[in-house]
Amino acid sequence: MTAFEAGAGYGGQNRGGGADVILGGGSEPLHAHADRGPASKRIIVGYGFWIFLLSDIIMFSAFFATYAVLSRETAGGPSGKDLFNLTNVAIETAFLLLSSFTCGIATIGARARQGLMYYGGMALTFVFGAGFLFIEIHEFVGMIDQGAGPTRSAFLSAFFTLVGCHGVHVTLGLLWLLTMVAQVFAKGYRADILRRVLCFGLFWHTLDIIWVAIFTVVYLLGAG
Amino acid sequence: MLGKLNWDALPLGQPIPLAAGAFVVLVLVGGVAFITLKGWLPYLWREWITSVDHKRIGVMYVTLASVMLLRGFTDAIMMRSQQALAFQSQGYLPPEHYNQIFSAHGTIMIFFVAMPFVIGLMNIVVPLQLGVRDVAFPTLNSVSFWLTATGALLVNLSLVVGVFSRTGWLPFPPLSELAYSPDVGVDYYLWGVQISGVGTLLTGVNFVTTILKIHAPGMTYMRMPVFCWTSLATNLLIVAAFPVLTATLAMLTLDRYLGFHFFTNEAGGNVMMFMNLIWIWGHPEVYILVLPAFGVFSEVVATFSRKTLFGYRSMVLATMAIGLIAYTVWLHHFFTMGAGPNVNAVFGIASMIIAVPTGVKIFNWMFTMYGGRVHYASPMLWSVGFMVTFVIGGLTGVLVAVVPADFLLHNSLFQVAHFHNVIIGGVLFGMFAGYTFWFPKAFGFRLDERWGKAAFWCWFIGFYLAFVPLYVTGLMGMTRRMQHYDVPEWHPWMLVAALGAAVVLAGIACQITQLVVSIRHREELRDLTGDPWMGRTLEWSTSSPPPAFNFAVLPQVESKDDYWRREHSADRLVEAEPLYAAIEMPRNSATGFVCAFFAAFGGFGMIWQIWWLVIVALVGAFATFVVFAWRDRTEYEIPADEVARIDRANRLARSQARAALQAAE
Repeated sequence: MTAFEAGAGYGGQNRGGGADVILGGGSEPLHAHADRGPASKRIIVGYGFWIFLLSDIIMFSAFFATYAVLSRETAGGPSGKDLFNLTNVAIETAFLLLSSFTCGIATIGARARQGLMYYGGMALTFVFGAGFLFIEIHEFVGMIDQGAGPTRSAFLSAFFTLVGCHGVHVTLGLLWLLTMVAQVFAKGYRADILRRVLCFGLFWHTLDIIWVAIFTVVYLLGAG
Repeated sequence: MLGKLNWDALPLGQPIPLAAGAFVVLVLVGGVAFITLKGWLPYLWREWITSVDHKRIGVMYVTLASVMLLRGFTDAIMMRSQQALAFQSQGYLPPEHYNQIFSAHGTIMIFFVAMPFVIGLMNIVVPLQLGVRDVAFPTLNSVSFWLTATGALLVNLSLVVGVFSRTGWLPFPPLSELAYSPDVGVDYYLWGVQISGVGTLLTGVNFVTTILKIHAPGMTYMRMPVFCWTSLATNLLIVAAFPVLTATLAMLTLDRYLGFHFFTNEAGGNVMMFMNLIWIWGHPEVYILVLPAFGVFSEVVATFSRKTLFGYRSMVLATMAIGLIAYTVWLHHFFTMGAGPNVNAVFGIASMIIAVPTGVKIFNWMFTMYGGRVHYASPMLWSVGFMVTFVIGGLTGVLVAVVPADFLLHNSLFQVAHFHNVIIGGVLFGMFAGYTFWFPKAFGFRLDERWGKAAFWCWFIGFYLAFVPLYVTGLMGMTRRMQHYDVPEWHPWMLVAALGAAVVLAGIACQITQLVVSIRHREELRDLTGDPWMGRTLEWSTSSPPPAFNFAVLPQVESKDDYWRREHSADRLVEAEPLYAAIEMPRNSATGFVCAFFAAFGGFGMIWQIWWLVIVALVGAFATFVVFAWRDRTEYEIPADEVARIDRANRLARSQARAALQAAE
């Protein structure tokens, strides 16, 4: 029996029958999974982590909005045009995009239980991620050295916070990456650990998405 | 070594904080000593502190909220008595103390009373209503609770060690910047709210996943009880709004700690950006609080009218509409910013539009009562009291959504009266209705009705006595947060408001008495049927309190109000014993408590700038996660015959209790 029939069978108490059509009385997909009871663990974990990532993106959106408001408030100090080195940023971007690719390989390797693919993919991801971080820190230190630190102007406060927040995420991601390597090494490809590898992959790819936005909004628009 | 912390942080020269602090410390030490001497610590640790059972966590949330309500209400009484006394005099609270009190009152009431109460009820009820055994991430749930408790701990610690924020319940810059608030008050606020905010965000993730992905078989979305729908809307709002709070407070923190220029007056900082950001969180927050209350009323009104809820689909639609429109009204908190007539008009109109789905709900509840056999038990009294009060609050809300009117009323006591009208009349009445309604489900016995009704009338009358004068004085031009005043026309109204606070105090006294009396008379109030109110939804189909696994077998849902359908159809007669199977349940975990332990020390270290403590706490928190992730056994199995034993006993007790009831009729 479909949900719609069940609803209709509810008789006179089922008020506002016209809304049935709008709100899913007739739409099978809305009911499809619920008919079978609770979803599988893999779906629950992946879904929950997606929700978390969306909340993370919303946090970034607050920083992006702030940056957009403050990006011209240089208080007589240097602007993006004076500070940004697009070559560096291009290398950073390449590193991060490549790390996403290797992270994908690691995820496939974990699912296929191929040690070489998993550990190799994770190692490359770590190298690219750490390289990205190194260039970013180098850029930050250089800016602070020439008196363009976050306390110089509202623009620089917003810049360091937005880009730095992404950098902190990458750092935490690297820490998580090492933990996942250790976990697979110590415990093998257990179901719950594979779910965590899946979440790590989602996390790492999300950092890429946010970087693309930073690349565009901060660096390309700022240097132009 | 100890950062900014030294002996001056203790309020040794100020009698009121000293006495209050000493009292709290004595009660805490006394409580812990009593528990230790009685040998209850192992029990508490095993069954509560490390519990990942959603029902237990819910009870702890509600307990936290109740204790914090007493703290927040103490602040309220102090403010009311100060304003009653401070006519052409200084009253008894010096300004810097008074400012801390109204800041603490708002912070505590929103973050540590309303939020934990709402989340506590969701914890107890939502999995039961969905017909499942737990939330999506049980250990994360425990982490959420303990982080919330940590936030409450830090905010209350400021009573004894140091000072609290003096900026109001939201830390508006530039006042909250280091230049104007150099002490640790704002830092207590920032870290207390930030830590509990992370807990709330995790709750949001947890419950969105639970409600969308974990159902009993056949529990389709359009069969979910309305409380589940409103919980879903609330948690979606949490997921979408709390990250903005996190980001905003983080920016203010960077301003204060590292000299950034987000909200400062110099170097290009923008104060009004803080207003925009904080209210992009702050306005949805209002609906985060009130939507679950709407859910409670929907359950209560249907149950006590003995009818199915009128307009279920319009209720769902209204809930989701409110959730969406909640994001388009934030600017009405600062029409006076001067964004221009067009911007103000857009937000003013949106603020009026959001009253429409709310009105739909009010009519639905009234039509549910219409033609029903309405039974005025105390949850129903709270609901009817809510309908009357909330309509008034809603109307004054629409009034201040009119931009020119808002220019006159901005920052006046009229505003204070309006939001207390909707938060007390909406959220708090809803939470009290839910508390009375689901108490028997959580503990297996009902609350005493006489004291419950007395509590309702005291709260109801006390509320009007306390806040109608604020509407009047607000219209007379009295601004909020005044430590003293010289206008003779205001004074009588302040005296009435103080009387109102005293009547509310009597209501709280009734509630405490009710709890004590009910515990002492629990055998007479015992509910063995699992369904003391003739309920409609699945939580009433299991025993009270439910076993750890909630349902021996997951219910097969065939309609909305499925329990009512089963109770009143022929199925009930052939309710054969099900085929029992072993059940996997999550193991208890100290992760939540240990995380909160490190978060408390980390937060304290940040507030007083004790950097080594912060580093130790961060390392400790990471180590906790790794240890948790390293567990090999995450679940334990309740064998089939154990399930059968528990369930058979419950079934027997239920059928006997029902037979006795029928014989009595």
